[in-house]
Amino acid sequence: MNLRAVWAIYRVEMARALRTVLQSIISPVISTSLYFVVFGSAIGSRITEIDGISYGAFIVPGLIMLSLLTQSISNASFAIYFPKFVGSIYELLSAPVSYLEIVIAYVGGAATKSIVLGLIILATASLFVPLHIEHPFWMLAFLVLTAVTFSLFGFIIGIWAKSFEQLQLVPLLIITPLTFLGGSFYSINMLPGIWRTVTLFNPVVYLISGFRWSFYGKSDVSVGISLGMTVVFLGVCIAIVAWIFRTGYRLRN
Amino acid sequence: MPSIISIAGVTKTYATGFKALKEINLDIERGEIFALLGPNGAGKTTLISIVCGIVNRSSGTVTVDGHDIARDYRAARSLIGLVPQELTIDAFETVWATVNYSRGLFGKPPNKAFVEKVLRDLSLWEKKDAKAITLSGGMKRRLMIAKALSHEPRVLFLDEPTAGVDVELRQDMWAMVRRLREDGVTIILTTHYIEEAEAMADRVGVINRGEIVLVDDKAELMRKLGRKRLMLELRSPLAAIPESFSRYALELSPNGDQLTYTYDNQSDRPGVASLIRDLEAAGIQFRDIDTENSSLEEIFVNLLRQEP
Repeated sequence: MNLRAVWAIYRVEMARALRTVLQSIISPVISTSLYFVVFGSAIGSRITEIDGISYGAFIVPGLIMLSLLTQSISNASFAIYFPKFVGSIYELLSAPVSYLEIVIAYVGGAATKSIVLGLIILATASLFVPLHIEHPFWMLAFLVLTAVTFSLFGFIIGIWAKSFEQLQLVPLLIITPLTFLGGSFYSINMLPGIWRTVTLFNPVVYLISGFRWSFYGKSDVSVGISLGMTVVFLGVCIAIVAWIFRTGYRLRN
Repeated sequence: MPSIISIAGVTKTYATGFKALKEINLDIERGEIFALLGPNGAGKTTLISIVCGIVNRSSGTVTVDGHDIARDYRAARSLIGLVPQELTIDAFETVWATVNYSRGLFGKPPNKAFVEKVLRDLSLWEKKDAKAITLSGGMKRRLMIAKALSHEPRVLFLDEPTAGVDVELRQDMWAMVRRLREDGVTIILTTHYIEEAEAMADRVGVINRGEIVLVDDKAELMRKLGRKRLMLELRSPLAAIPESFSRYALELSPNGDQLTYTYDNQSDRPGVASLIRDLEAAGIQFRDIDTENSSLEEIFVNLLRQEP
């Protein structure tokens, strides 16, 4: 194991986050605060409690997931797309580094950033609404698992993308709608029958539901299924990454 | 001792169906400077990229110091430093950070003194805290070299090292290459500037349309294929070349005071000595003699012309 290489890549990724602290930390915090002001206070004051939880508090897990998903994807996809774009990827490919090490370093870097971001949003949220976390361990577990899974997903997009436009395409057209429709701002039990069933095909529902359960002990779908679906998606991403590396897809061709 | 790099039956066909390399066989000797010469698009960069692990080959095997580049890629790649043709650096990193990153990537423990020496040797030390984006083109090129040398490679690939480089940097680079060779580093450079190969290389390989056309000692190549020219300054101008000299195919300058004899070492045309004897016998006197070797460039152009 070339741990020095893993560390070198990881450190560069962290340095980039610090260099672009405005973009990577402050802007998500500001947008989250705006959600709280608009949904939590302005609209939320007119919405009754959901499952006995005040609306402001109810949306906290969903908001964190929203940022976690989009940031994990954009961090990881950009981290591997950028060297491809400027050509400096040659160095990575010519280095004595295994695929596993490359993935650990890039995905680890991206996941670290989004986990830190998630915790910062959590801290920000606690300024607006009273929070309590029923299952801290599972809260962290969902946070880490989701960050890693979607960083892997972002890594795949970064390797697949041939242009900056493609890089934005999947997050914009798939992830953002899925997150908004995945119960960030409502309980899926509030949906009329057929739409509730349709929603169950949205994987993000399971992430948000499980995450919300770790806060308030209440969920739209059972926690076991949530966890299972997250792990399944993680497995799918790992399989795709393994295939990419075995074939050299868009890296060594 | 076995070759440091051994390329056997390597081919590369891109997904588009383009055959970039057709069956390449090439051995690079330990400690030599090898120039891979060829026109644009001949396959030089593809070949280097395969050896360095950047591009997958379609078939064939490559070993670096006995290590197979696929099975034993860690050992093989650890030995290699690559300076690519394009200036591709993360623009927002500082010189110091990016060179240390390269060292780490190749699994070498941090060594500030060594990295400092590399930067000083390349006149980059003053710029160590500058971001790559602020460097001039020449400085960026130096930085690319520093990154390649940061992990103490035993084989250095220089892909078109002096394309668009000013005279000072070119000379610095050649001096550096010689220093590295003294330390036992094997150097492979690709170029389409013949003068570069001529000035630097021990051996020259010519690649064209994905095939190695020829590999030889530079001196040997020049001896074998090189034309020589003998120029004779005549004491008194000639109106025409005497009939008896037709077998020499001499050229007479327009004003008639210089004879030029072009010959090569392989041809069965009569030698210089017999020409001079015949001239004396014919009473043609000359003031001065000068000879000229043809450059690798001419050899190269001739070689490619012979290709179907």
